[in-house]
Amino acid sequence: MSNASDIVKIARKISRPSALDYINHIFTGFIEFHGDRNFRDDKAIVGGIAFFNDMPVTVIGIQKGHTTEENIARNFGAVHPEGYRKALRLMKQAEKFHRPVIVFINTAGAFCGIGAEERGQGEAIARNLFEMSRLRVPIISIIIGEGGSGGALALAVADRVWMLENSIYSVLSPEGFASILWKDASRSKEAAEIMKITANDLYELGIIDKVIKEAEGGAQNDFGFTANILKSKLESEFEILCKEDIDTLVEKRYKKFRVMGEFTE
Amino acid sequence: MNLFKRKQYVSVNASNINEDSKEKKNNDVKSGPAVPDGMCVKCTGCGKTVFKKEIGAYRICPECGHYFRIKASKRVKMIADEETFKEFDEKMTSLNPLNYPDYENKIQTMKEKTGLNDAVITGICKIGGFDSVLCVMDSTFIMGSMGSVVGEKITRAFEYAAENKLPIVIFTTSGGARMQEGIVSLMQMAKVSAAVAKHSDAGLLYVTVLTDPTTGGVTASFAMLGDIILAEPKTLIGFAGRRVIEQTIKQKLPEEFQTAEFLLEHGFVDKIVERENMKNVLTEILRLHNPKGCEFNV
Repeated sequence: MSNASDIVKIARKISRPSALDYINHIFTGFIEFHGDRNFRDDKAIVGGIAFFNDMPVTVIGIQKGHTTEENIARNFGAVHPEGYRKALRLMKQAEKFHRPVIVFINTAGAFCGIGAEERGQGEAIARNLFEMSRLRVPIISIIIGEGGSGGALALAVADRVWMLENSIYSVLSPEGFASILWKDASRSKEAAEIMKITANDLYELGIIDKVIKEAEGGAQNDFGFTANILKSKLESEFEILCKEDIDTLVEKRYKKFRVMGEFTE
Repeated sequence: MNLFKRKQYVSVNASNINEDSKEKKNNDVKSGPAVPDGMCVKCTGCGKTVFKKEIGAYRICPECGHYFRIKASKRVKMIADEETFKEFDEKMTSLNPLNYPDYENKIQTMKEKTGLNDAVITGICKIGGFDSVLCVMDSTFIMGSMGSVVGEKITRAFEYAAENKLPIVIFTTSGGARMQEGIVSLMQMAKVSAAVAKHSDAGLLYVTVLTDPTTGGVTASFAMLGDIILAEPKTLIGFAGRRVIEQTIKQKLPEEFQTAEFLLEHGFVDKIVERENMKNVLTEILRLHNPKGCEFNV
């Protein structure tokens, strides 16, 4: 098995399959919707409706680019408050029409900037946590690359949280962690090992529910391999989730996060 | 060399407000970051040296009006009616989910230094005669960071309030997530926010009071979820740290950026309330929610 800092490199590869790659492969008839109805359309978030086999679903993703140009347009997958609000709008729409929600997460973190603060980045993330915890449709969130801090969590309060084998999910980037705790960003490799950020570590910690296998060396080496596994896992999971009574489902979602934390009294 | 100097903060002992002279002899034994035994303190705002007596019960600089940061226990005294505060979960303390080197020792040292078991005190009290759950964070404990204990205590406070149909008031102050607990600290944001939603669904009142500083994961979870959000003047409130933003966008930020006044201007704070009026305003808010506006059938 690769070590954590190798996985960080794979997770950040520009060739790593993006949210739209998975959306186009797994779903049919995807229609993309735009805007948060308040400020503007954040291109770091894609979302809309599609069929998953015969079932209408809402799909949302944090989109990174495969080229520098595309990345600039997508703001490198760094979401602004209006992006989180767009995602929330689509989730509330899903709730209205009883559509399950599937979210693909790939971000180094929520965007840090003047506009983001002016428009309430903290409020936007908080609101998503609050609303997702009680959304009355099944939600599956999948971390497909980077799951950077609150920016990722804002779309990951789900009934099932999965990670691709070579993706990461963390409170902060290993560079940031090393810089805050050791005042030395160059110790990021060491930080990556200590932080428990890989899919396997987080599965063992009980933070995520499933690890999705990738082709040797990463999903970019054989996209169909990973995407097909993911599709079949989604099929079997929705078999279970869609049969669940919705009150029970929401209560289980509450309990899933409720038990996280390690303390003694 | 001044560039590399850390900012000096003056800590104020919670127990000796108003009774400086009377109690001086007794509180020497108190542990925690006590005021150095002297008559003067340096203001963390204007840098001037001022008489301790002059900063008064509310800990406000007589020269510049700057608010000294205050300990949670002192805040409880300011807000709760006398002798009404009953603390919840006072013994709860953190484990080490990542096996982060030396974390247990760090916690132990902080406990001895601050007299707290973690960065929040929770409990029930009366405020101006009204029953309310009250949570107060304390920035002297690892920068008020939120790990398992802060997350669990605040979640329990919301669950208690929901079960007993009580309002809840939270004073926030935090640097964000507790790094040493890694992803587990991130998950506290989801856990607490879900508890806020349950309390809210029960039709109950939640008031947040943002105090200096409120940033990171606390801003991005329960701090911004109050039905009513108050703030002390000039409080630093934000999601990302100033330095991080400056590095990202490669420009200097204006002075008033991320202050309570800035958030009020942009619509994220309901009202800025001076420290000496806080209890009155909270009392009036509680009064206005008791009973409900109009008991129509829903």
